[in-house]
Order: sequence, then C-alpha cells, then structure tokens
Amino acid sequence: MAGFNIDNISIRGIVSCTPKTIEENINYPIFQEGEAEKVIASTGIERRRVADNTTTAGDLCYHAAHHLIKQLNWEKESIDCIIFVSQTPDYKLPATSCIIQGKLGLPVHCFAMDISYGCPGWVYGLSVIASMISAGNLKRGLLLVGDTPTKFKNRNDKTSWPLFGDAGSATAIEFDNTAKPMYFNLQTDGSSHQAIIITDGGARNPITMESLQEKQIEPGIARRAIDSNMDGLAVFQFGIKRGPSITQQLLEETNNTVDDVDVFVFHQANQYMNEKIRKKLHIDSNKVPYSLKDYGNTSCVTIPLTMTVACENYDLMNKNNTIVATAFGVGLSWGSVLIHQAPLKYLAHIDYEG
Amino acid sequence: MVTIEKFIELFEEQFDETPSVELKPETRFRELPEWSSLVALSVLSMIDDELNANITAPEMRTAQTIEELYNKIH
Repeated sequence: MAGFNIDNISIRGIVSCTPKTIEENINYPIFQEGEAEKVIASTGIERRRVADNTTTAGDLCYHAAHHLIKQLNWEKESIDCIIFVSQTPDYKLPATSCIIQGKLGLPVHCFAMDISYGCPGWVYGLSVIASMISAGNLKRGLLLVGDTPTKFKNRNDKTSWPLFGDAGSATAIEFDNTAKPMYFNLQTDGSSHQAIIITDGGARNPITMESLQEKQIEPGIARRAIDSNMDGLAVFQFGIKRGPSITQQLLEETNNTVDDVDVFVFHQANQYMNEKIRKKLHIDSNKVPYSLKDYGNTSCVTIPLTMTVACENYDLMNKNNTIVATAFGVGLSWGSVLIHQAPLKYLAHIDYEG
Repeated sequence: MVTIEKFIELFEEQFDETPSVELKPETRFRELPEWSSLVALSVLSMIDDELNANITAPEMRTAQTIEELYNKIH
C-alpha cells in the first residue's frame, strides 16, 4: 500500500509511566558467567521496569492519562474519544478503554475502543485516532498505548526475559486546522504471524493443563504455551529489512531526505538491530534517541517512552520538529509516520504510584 | 558471490572470541563452544550487509557445516 495523509491533527502532549521496580540484567540469574556483560553490550539493555502482580498496562496508561489531562488543563467533558492499544488488556472482556473511560470520569459521549497491537502499536493507533478526529466532528482524543510484556514472557527464557520491560503512555490528540498533515505508511505480512506468537489461551487453542507446563527447550530457555515465543533470527532479519525500507519509502513519498528530519524515533528492539537500521539509512547518531539502556523493549510503548525520556536534545516543548517514527514487530507488521510537530504543551515521564 | 575461503574469513570475524579450532568448510559451527545466538545474528547481518545476499532464518537453521551454510546463500 502507498502511504496516506491525515490532515488537521496536532499532538498536544505525551506522558509515559513505568512501574518503579527495576530489574538489573547484570543480576539475571540464568546467565552463565560473563554472559550478562555480552548481552548488555550487544542489546544495550542494562535494566528494565517490571510491573508487580497487581499492576496492569491499563493502570500505567490510566496514570499517564490522568496526569496528562491535568497538565493540559483539558476539561473531561471535552474528550471525545479514547483508544487503548495493547497486547495485555486487563480482561478478555470488557475492553480496557471502557474501564479507563470510567475511571477517568470521561463523559458518556466519549467513544472508547481497544486495539490489539504490539510493537508498531503507537504508529498504528495514531493513524486510527487521527483519522477519527481529522474530520472535525470529534475535537479531542487520548491515545493510550501500554504493555506489560513481562506478564507473557517466561522468566526462565534467557533469550527473551532480559530484553523486555513494562510501560504505559498517553498521547493527547487535538483537531487543529492549522496543522501540517501527518503522513503514514503502514504494512503487514500476516503470512509470518508465527514469528512472534503466544499459541495458547485464545479461541484457536484454549488453555489446557498442558498449556501451563513449562518445557525446557534448551539450557536457559524454558517456556509454556501461554508464554510468548519469538523466532529471534527471523525477527532480526525482518527488522533489519523492513525498518530501513519503510523509513526510506516514507521519506521518498514525502519528498524528504534524512537531512530534512530532526529526529528519528525507532521502535526500541535492541541496540545491535537498531544500529544496523540506523546505519543502513545513513542517519547521524545524534538524530536517533535511545531509551533501551534503562527500559529495554517496552513493546508498543517504545516510541512515546523514547520521546519522553530521551529527546531532551530536540527541545520538543519549545521548537518545531520534523519527526519520523518507525516501528516493526508482531503481526508481522511495520509502519512509519512523518509528523511536522509544533511545540508540545506537555511532555513528561512519571513513575507509577499504585 | 565470494569464494568459500573468503566466506570463512568473514564468518570468523563475527565471533567475539576467535574460535578455538581452525574453521574449515566441513566445520560443524554449531558445535563450537564460541557459537551463540548473538554470533548467529551477526552472521545473518554479515550476509545481508557485506555479501548483499540473502538467507532465510529457516535455511540458516538447517545448515550444520559452514559449507552447507555457504551453499544456502542466494
């Protein structure tokens, strides 16, 4: 598919929220002697935030949204839609967006919907909420993007556990007929859907006693059929191919070059893979922020999280910036968006106060 | 496409620690103590970057010797 424009949309503010508990990869017990140092050196991930048993992605997003609305001075009555993007909803039903709408005290005329999405979730979710508001009937919306991958990764899987962290975010979107169009290009390859999958627990393979049994795949790699299983080699190859190509395509379709863009925010997979992508695109390292070191791969939250914790050099609250955000992952799916961003009214990272 | 000798040279460069045995076409690379999933990623990306060639993850997984791996590159 070719890309598409969405007019009349401004992002007003972004808040990210992470649990307070920190896990240090250097202390991960499954690693053999010297392995932690190697993994940290290649992935760039030193530590991650981990939600406790009582905290969900919905809680992290609620907390972020509550803070953001207050800081923007938005009347609750003025919020017309709320979208929650996650792979870890609070319940199978009802939708977590409905629960958060109630908790935030948003009006009953507020549209609420969940979108099941992983790593490219912020880019995909932004395209949906922006499309809804673009026509001008709805004026304000909240895009809540959160995930707690530690709840579906196995602690005894050394190829996965040290990479992922939990986070939530809220992005405030407003109708603005002076805004320059956002330009999206979003793509999918469902024929590779098994590359990242939780096989059991959905309607296809309901949970059985066997789903709960942990199986030792190799030394240091154990998981259950209700845990996420990733074909690391295939996903790596997918990322280094699709990440650069979609970004390049977006730049060409918008008649831009790398030099026209102030900041490239990439999905934070791991440093080794992300640096391959950056170098393939010949982007200077000072245009590519990272949040991997302290937060790891936070699934769909990596882009808003990186904007809140690693973008101080770009002065997003005071300057106009041309931003390209590119993400890739589960689906498999990938996408890129170019945003001519006016100064944000609010941008912050907060810790979860449960 | 590069010769197998050149491929072995590039293959060896992907290891953090030099492999303890001399690499040959018939070397079963997965049995090397220095082989790891990170080296595997590095080999994949070398094939992509330096050889500008392709190999799929399943193709790579079925290769046992360096020569088998070399023959699967297209």
